[in-house]
Amino acid sequence: MSLTILPKSDLGDFVSQLMASYRVAGPVHKDGGAAFEVIASPEDLYLDYATTILPPKKFFLPTREVLFNFKTNGDLQVQHPEPDPPTIVMGVHTCDVHAIQLLDHVFAAGKPDAHYLQRRAQTLIISIECLKPCDEHAFCKSMGTMTADEGFDLHMIDLGNAYAIETGSEAGEKLLKLSPASAATNADIERLNQVMSEKWPRFPYRLDFDVSDLPSLLNVSMKSPLWEELGKRCLACAACTNVCPTCFCFDVKDEVSLDLSTGSRVRSWDSCQLDEFATVAGGHNFRKSRALRQRHRFMRKGKYILEAHNYLGCVGCGRCARACLVDITPVNVFNELYRQRQAGG
Amino acid sequence: MINVKKPSYAGPLAEAQVDLFTPVAARIRSIRPLTQLEKVFTLELPVGVTLGHRPGQFVEVSVLGVGEAPISISSSPSRSNGSFELCVRKVGDVTSALHKLQPGSIIGVRGPYGRGFPFEKFRGKDLLFAPGGLGLAPLRSLINQVLDERAQFGRVIILYGARNPGELLFKEELEAWSRRPDVELLLTVDRGDESWTGNVGVITTLFRHVSVYPRNTVAITCGPPVMYRFVLMELFGKGISEGNIYLSLERRMKCGIGKCGHCQINNVYACQSGPVFTYAEIKGLEEAL
Repeated sequence: MSLTILPKSDLGDFVSQLMASYRVAGPVHKDGGAAFEVIASPEDLYLDYATTILPPKKFFLPTREVLFNFKTNGDLQVQHPEPDPPTIVMGVHTCDVHAIQLLDHVFAAGKPDAHYLQRRAQTLIISIECLKPCDEHAFCKSMGTMTADEGFDLHMIDLGNAYAIETGSEAGEKLLKLSPASAATNADIERLNQVMSEKWPRFPYRLDFDVSDLPSLLNVSMKSPLWEELGKRCLACAACTNVCPTCFCFDVKDEVSLDLSTGSRVRSWDSCQLDEFATVAGGHNFRKSRALRQRHRFMRKGKYILEAHNYLGCVGCGRCARACLVDITPVNVFNELYRQRQAGG
Repeated sequence: MINVKKPSYAGPLAEAQVDLFTPVAARIRSIRPLTQLEKVFTLELPVGVTLGHRPGQFVEVSVLGVGEAPISISSSPSRSNGSFELCVRKVGDVTSALHKLQPGSIIGVRGPYGRGFPFEKFRGKDLLFAPGGLGLAPLRSLINQVLDERAQFGRVIILYGARNPGELLFKEELEAWSRRPDVELLLTVDRGDESWTGNVGVITTLFRHVSVYPRNTVAITCGPPVMYRFVLMELFGKGISEGNIYLSLERRMKCGIGKCGHCQINNVYACQSGPVFTYAEIKGLEEAL
């Protein structure tokens, strides 16, 4: 891994170079906040953004994607859609870098999912170091995602008048050749160390316990009364799972044209918080209550996904906490379970 | 043939698919109504493609334009004859669409998925089958494979219950099994009718009529969710160990490959680790039964 320096005044040119060969996406201003979108010009980029409502996951696992198109004439001839163009996603925060690493593992494990992997294989990630917490809901420091050692092709750190750029892959190194970035001097490295050491105390720990205790805490919390309490508050709106960078459950259904002659098999995001998620055709719902569905969600985040994939299912981005209309937040849930266990409950 | 990797492909279905989500065309060879709600579909795969299933596995069945549904395989691998059978209850969108199709129609299949029954482990054992209602559909695959290698097994006991005589599935096979001296078949219905002279009562009322040597008995049950706890009580009451009780569990499934999340039982994906489980495997899972 090498460190190079890109003056901020050269960023626009660099991005223009990238746009010549790639579809480039990144955070842009939207509705008073920010959203990841494909950019039309380097000026669209809003790299100082706090957070986004939806994570960059949508570039690999779109909210809705066509798996194949078909005719309904009964011959089962199907046609697969054209793949997305090579893409660069810029300005990805490190919490989302961790989340993408989890998704990469999930979709490659067991029977590999070609649809996800194909998109992922032709997407490069240029992440950016957060130098301050995005808001009071972020708890990345507690989750160990406040920075990232890997999972990016290039990683940018704002040094004031320039970006320090780390390379994380050969593909990233090739990209960097398109820029006028120069090797970092000792003074640059000193400045980098200063920026990083000033960053650390700005982020609070928000869990009352060490995250390595989270799986065992959840393990003894299956029968906690907290789930019933959450179930009474939860509106089952699925906002929490829809904005989550690590949620990957999906639905598969057919959409047909108005004249019923053609159609598409479509994969779209689904949510374990919705009533019909575990309901079979005969009507039996295997996870009927909102309490059990909330429990399932938090068990996946802190335990099930870790056991299956060796990555925590929560990266502390705080998006679900911001989205929840009834203030159900992972920090409060995990801390309350910890308090109950300390109290012997 | 269409949607197969290469036109000349020969081998198992799972490797014939162009990708995980694209079904392979299967032709409906024949359709046999069993009851008002259930039909048996005999399906043919493209030439050279075999299903290659184990009893207890399932396929995802597509009716393009309507959708896809997981259906357990009802025929025994020992009776493939270039085709396989699905016993389908008309209960949702896809199954209702299936019921409207005619022989010769093309549908899509992908799979087989899941972990089936460990047939090899059952050799030498006494087998106690306890299907309820549509639960006979997946168990029939195993029962017929066992009967085709009958000498390899000890007793074969089948306790089968349905809501009423009209809902008993595979009546001709039930007749044939009842005539075999090497099969102990007991039937019951929750409610009889004028013609019914057999046992009336829920499936648990049959267990008192059979004695088993628990140490050598494997019990295999499949039925509606409400049935399991009562059947399990009967099986425990006979001294059959938790590791020798096999259940096939129903769940919603959208992918069949452990990703979509719908079939999860706590941390376990039923489509991957199941749908066949021993009771020992699921007794610690709060959401299993």
